[in-house]
Amino acid sequence: MSRWETKTLVERMIGAGALVVLALGPLIFNDYWVDTILLQTFLLGIGAASLIFLSAYGGMISLAQTALMGIAGYMLGNLVSQRGIGGESKGLTLGLDPTLALVLAIAITVSVGFVFGALAARSYGIYFLMLTLTYAVIASSFFGQVTQFGGFSPIAGINRYTPPFVGDIVSNRDRLYYIGLIVAAAVYVLIRYVTRTPFGMALQGIRDEPVRMASLGYAVSVHRMLAFALGAFIASLAGVLNVWWNGQIAPGDLGIGATIELLIVAVIGGLGRIEGAWIGAFAFIVINNYVTNWVPSGGLPLVGGRFSTVIGLVFLAIVIVSPDGLTGLWDRAWRLARRRGAPPSVQVEVAEPSGAGSS
Amino acid sequence: MADRIRAWGLIRTAPRAAAVAIVIFAVLYVLVIANPPNEFGEGDWRTTNFGSAVDDPQNFFITVLNGLTLAGLLFIVASGFSLIFGLMRVVNMAHGSFYLIGGYIAYEVQQSMTGQGFSLRSSEVTTWEWVLPAIVACLVVAGVGLIVQQLFLRWNMGQELRQALITIAVSVIIADQVIAHFPRHVPDGGVKFGGNAVQMAWPGWMDRFVYLPVLGIDYSLQRLVVLILGVMVGAALWLWLYRTRTGMVIRAGVDDRQMTSALGINIQFVFAIAFVVGSALAAFGGVVGTSQGNVASGQDAVWLLYALVVVIVGGMGSLLGTAAGSLLYGLVFSFSAVYLPATSNECCTEYSIVLTFILLALVLAFRPQGLFGRLA
Repeated sequence: MSRWETKTLVERMIGAGALVVLALGPLIFNDYWVDTILLQTFLLGIGAASLIFLSAYGGMISLAQTALMGIAGYMLGNLVSQRGIGGESKGLTLGLDPTLALVLAIAITVSVGFVFGALAARSYGIYFLMLTLTYAVIASSFFGQVTQFGGFSPIAGINRYTPPFVGDIVSNRDRLYYIGLIVAAAVYVLIRYVTRTPFGMALQGIRDEPVRMASLGYAVSVHRMLAFALGAFIASLAGVLNVWWNGQIAPGDLGIGATIELLIVAVIGGLGRIEGAWIGAFAFIVINNYVTNWVPSGGLPLVGGRFSTVIGLVFLAIVIVSPDGLTGLWDRAWRLARRRGAPPSVQVEVAEPSGAGSS
Repeated sequence: MADRIRAWGLIRTAPRAAAVAIVIFAVLYVLVIANPPNEFGEGDWRTTNFGSAVDDPQNFFITVLNGLTLAGLLFIVASGFSLIFGLMRVVNMAHGSFYLIGGYIAYEVQQSMTGQGFSLRSSEVTTWEWVLPAIVACLVVAGVGLIVQQLFLRWNMGQELRQALITIAVSVIIADQVIAHFPRHVPDGGVKFGGNAVQMAWPGWMDRFVYLPVLGIDYSLQRLVVLILGVMVGAALWLWLYRTRTGMVIRAGVDDRQMTSALGINIQFVFAIAFVVGSALAAFGGVVGTSQGNVASGQDAVWLLYALVVVIVGGMGSLLGTAAGSLLYGLVFSFSAVYLPATSNECCTEYSIVLTFILLALVLAFRPQGLFGRLA
């Protein structure tokens, strides 16, 4: 058995173990962990997964995913909220059927993703990053300035209106936990599936060699646009769940701060592997929840400042030390172990001329 | 097959036709369609603050001048961003943060110099008390820029995304540090609140309106000075880049970095100069912006967006493109503030951000590389 197969096996076992533990989550962990740390990890991870999907398989680092999440949240909030006593005064308050509103919110977000993707499909690398950053800032300002959709202060109480198959998530928080877990797992499976389809293969070809793929007859821009729309779909799921978890949506939820936060999550996890989305989200939320308590109220020693400085320094360190994030460190550790070649089964492989050292 | 080709042609032509139609409509709207509100303050889709350009030329000219002066400020900020990007391929996501600290430092220096307290009026400020804070802010931020470049961007040239991520991390840290340390001068008895909005004062002699005979309007001298400063920065950059040896080396570096360095030119030194100048321009923009309006925590994102839009529209790394992008964006901004339909029942809504997106979309639909950009 080669070392790489061992690695896959170990990863699968860790994944399966994590899934079992998480499935039993509400029995094992206390309420704070279930409702805040783990549930938020699922949601943030889905958002980060849409970013990592685009970067790992499409070569597109998109900063518009938070904006798309926010658009889904805003659409849901505007479509589903009801006017009147006990209702919401902000936004359009159309009071649609929750199931219909859910479908519409996702559909609108995907359409916006199509438009964004169509405009950005001919930009590559750093240009793509800049363009999607402008999308993010524009979307945030749009919802802040156009008062019909809610204006500067948040639309609240959106999680009171949920489709029947979701049920009451305000008083029954475990329900949302399991929905988050199932959607996160489904998104993971979806991305793994899509990357194995002919479309996904072509997308990876375009990531590596856009010009060659174009000369082979592939519609490069169309593939990138479709990938972006798929990313928008995943982001819209994260956005809807986020609104259900949070109950409200405000322009700040899709501002540049939130945008950079999602990027930090993805980079901490690793932009090269989908699993990194949830690993990064978990690391980020744990740091977020525990370092905030650790920072003294008067600011950090020496430099002053608060939580953001810490997260900025962590982010900086990770980008400098391991641009592929935690999953990249994991991969590198295995490669290192392979080069050292401890177990006998591997030493046989090392003896072969095409063996270790070349990677 | 022919049908399919024709269908593709239609799909490709439709966005362009739509773009042209939108532009023609916008021009017509400003020139003739717009109407002033009636005496009850009511209106429809044709109602704007002043009415059309034909009916009310003076306000039209003022709007044009507002656009031009804003373009001056946009150019100062965006030219630094564009210079760094053009030469080093570094997208400096901390450019807005440099703007922010530039503005705050100049404010603190001016407060210390005048000692007049928080609400400083222009009449209490001499020219020197504006120029020295500007110089100090530019020098400090240039130093910060140099440190960032030498520590974090020198050893990973060519890794564009990694460098962008590094500058994002720097901007996160700077944003939090600004909140922790600025503003230091607060009104007497006021609570010190991190990242609060503060403003600088222009020198006293600028605090008046001048009569512009050709257009027949009075116009703020301060705004005209902003425009003049923008033009001066542009002219200085042009002279530097096209008439000096260093500028020649920089342009050579933009075209072919490896070849330039193979000719025995110390390209790292040139990179450092470009980064210092680019950072100083961000700080200078911050000083001008703080004097014209104010500076507050959170504006780093706004000015990063402005710089990005200007260089995406104008084309990366081109001085002419930056100027064109600034002009276009400045005019779109000032016109959208005045000539968008403003009916009384839709309180407080600002659509100018939508126009920002439309401007981006229009330019990118025709030229993905920007107006004056070259394809990589």
